[in-house]
Amino acid sequence: MADAPVEALSLNAITKRFGELTANDAVGFSVDKGEVVALLGENGAGKTTLMNILFGQYTADSGTVAVFGKTLPPGNSRAALDAGVGMVHQHFSLAENLTVQENITLGVRSLFSLRSGRATARAKIIDLSKKFHLVVSPDARVASLTVGERQRVEILKALYRDVRILILDEPTAVLTPQETDDLFATLRLAIESGLSIIFISHKLHEVMAIADRVVVLRHGKMIGGARTQDTDKHALAAMMMGTEATAPQVEPINPGPALLELQDVTTPNIGTAPGLKSVSLALRAGQIIGLAGVSGNGQAAMADVVGGLRSPSSGYVALNGTRIQKWNPRTAVQSGIARIPEDRHKTGTISDFDLTENAILERYKTAAFSTSGWLNWRKSRAFAQSIIDKYDVRCPGADTPIRLLSGGNMQKLILGRVLEADPQIILANQPVRGLDIGAVNYVHGQLLAARDRGAAVLLISEDLDEVMALSDVIHVIAGGRLSPAFGRAEMTPAQLGTWMAGQGFDEVVTHAS
Amino acid sequence: MEIIDILFTASFWAAAIRIASPLIFATLGELICERAGVLNLGIEGIMVAGAFAGWMAVYSGTGLWVGVAVAMLVGMLFGLLHSTLTVPFGLSQHVVGLGVTLLATSSTYYAYRLALPEVTSPPKIEAFQAFEIPILSDIPLIGPALFSQTPFTYLAFVLVAVVAVVLYRTPLGLAVRAAGENPAAVAAQGLSVTAIRMGAVVVGSGFMAMGGAFLTMSAFDSFFFEMVNGRGWICIALVVFGSWRPGKALLGAILFAAFDALQIRVQQTSLGSLLPYQIFLTMPYILSIVALVLMSRRAEVPAALMVPFNKGER
Repeated sequence: MADAPVEALSLNAITKRFGELTANDAVGFSVDKGEVVALLGENGAGKTTLMNILFGQYTADSGTVAVFGKTLPPGNSRAALDAGVGMVHQHFSLAENLTVQENITLGVRSLFSLRSGRATARAKIIDLSKKFHLVVSPDARVASLTVGERQRVEILKALYRDVRILILDEPTAVLTPQETDDLFATLRLAIESGLSIIFISHKLHEVMAIADRVVVLRHGKMIGGARTQDTDKHALAAMMMGTEATAPQVEPINPGPALLELQDVTTPNIGTAPGLKSVSLALRAGQIIGLAGVSGNGQAAMADVVGGLRSPSSGYVALNGTRIQKWNPRTAVQSGIARIPEDRHKTGTISDFDLTENAILERYKTAAFSTSGWLNWRKSRAFAQSIIDKYDVRCPGADTPIRLLSGGNMQKLILGRVLEADPQIILANQPVRGLDIGAVNYVHGQLLAARDRGAAVLLISEDLDEVMALSDVIHVIAGGRLSPAFGRAEMTPAQLGTWMAGQGFDEVVTHAS
Repeated sequence: MEIIDILFTASFWAAAIRIASPLIFATLGELICERAGVLNLGIEGIMVAGAFAGWMAVYSGTGLWVGVAVAMLVGMLFGLLHSTLTVPFGLSQHVVGLGVTLLATSSTYYAYRLALPEVTSPPKIEAFQAFEIPILSDIPLIGPALFSQTPFTYLAFVLVAVVAVVLYRTPLGLAVRAAGENPAAVAAQGLSVTAIRMGAVVVGSGFMAMGGAFLTMSAFDSFFFEMVNGRGWICIALVVFGSWRPGKALLGAILFAAFDALQIRVQQTSLGSLLPYQIFLTMPYILSIVALVLMSRRAEVPAALMVPFNKGER
């Protein structure tokens, strides 16, 4: 390393406000050529906002961005792109009806150029995808791609434009562990070829694995930075949260009666994902049942059945020992089933509604929020405000559209909405996906508290650690079928792996019977 | 049997192509707008304005092609109004579109009364004449139907090809399609969604006005009230029928026009004396609805159609 480091990027005292919320408060740091800097922070700490300013999608209220010594004009994505800044957004910006190649070449050539240059573009894409191990067909339509493949398209999009600085916003949030490894391999190739990378994340082990240096944001302010070789996960977690993170302690308690039972439930397949295949499961008071498994193995069908969105095509659902005839979302809500949906944006909230409206979505018809057909806004607002206070939802106010909140704060509102009704049954489907450690511990703590006061919890998660940490009883779901139940300490990873691959259910069943 | 015979006459197909021509222009215009993500309900009014502007220009002494250009220009001005309100200001595309239709229609009628206060029956102009393309027009059935039309009709077919090539083979077309699918993706590539969408609406509106001008300059040779008669709304359905693709939209326009040409002829057959003529008038519309229902099940709506885009908003 004879060369002195070249400064690729510098952010100087960036400040950005959204209404009353200060998303970035005089944040500044720099990135050298060939360096990986991780931007670490809880949800709502202002990481994404900062990167959107860098990429010219937001205009900063004050502060400047300079790339290789040249100051960029504010709020101009084109200038950022031309200067060699590329961004892979957390929510991909791809047009689904177009092909991979069309998405990559969009806007690269002058709009009034008459030649499409498709052959050369295609060759370059294939070349890049070989060089950086980004396997994806240029002719595939984006709509048909998996999440991991779409991310590869986003990265190709940046590489195609010969970026020198690549920003990755929470790139691993949507990936399987295997895909994450592939991504890291690609990133290492990119660094070797001289790119600088800004890696936004709140997963500490990933940050430690890939980054040279870490910059920590908290509540929009820059708290500090460190070289990864001089620090460790605990120190970073402490910096990120302000206090040392502590995982919740789980004390075993004796389960009560079955509150919700599925008996031989079968449902039709959902697209390519399997439905349930003759599944029987009992949710007991004071117990967390964890459902582990690889994504797309019947979790969605299970969540739909428990949440009332889908009736079994055979078998039945019983509530407190009584078989339910008419099973729909309203019955489910009225029966006290709290639902934390998998996708906060699509099914959990209505983006353009404010916090108050979202808070009463499930129960606006009940006496708590309406009288003889008229909504009681005073009570509704008070309810939303109480959730904001009690669950520490960071937002400008109860009348803010919920789309302006970060994922973690959105999840806290959903959590408050369902838990404030003191539910007896809780369906938590991927409750901490995309959340930072602080929010994760908070959500887990709330689920455990609910269990301790006698609620039955069904925890569906693709994160094995999460299932193992929280659950009293664990099932593996594969191909729409459930493995036999086992306790937290009883299983070996090898056995779990076999089950998650959908093998060996029957052998164990015969042994047990 | 008489109906089958009609289907094999050249005059029937010639009529179908003639009836289809204004629909082709306006459908292409609407298709461009919608591909960029903007529903343009100003189409009906813009066709009225185009019909009048082209005819009036020729009536005041300009050449026919200058008249077409004037019609297009007037349509583009209404497109500019529409897109200014719907794109940068992000107003409701339904309300703005209907507003533009009302404004364009009534200001056209007003202009007509101002220009010709005294006339009782509208004057005729020297309109486009049929131009028989050598050799091709000698082909039986197809020749008289396709290659003995006016140059304005040929322009419609050329335009379909041009729009298809631009949409699918040029960077500009790619940007337009992407703006209608996911404007955020367009902005992320450093392009201006506002400019692309406004441009598409302005050009699309120009095509709509040309569709209107066809009526006065190549079909009826004169301008009268209510002459557009819902053709704009038909074109909106044709865009859906064509799954937002120029080629399929062309087929849709010809199919609808063929139904229309057929019903006139069926009225004169023995069947015509059995049933009230209104039944025949409704035929193209009913058949269109049926075809629409069958076709649009697989249609792929541009994902961001009618979704305003505001940069920097989450």
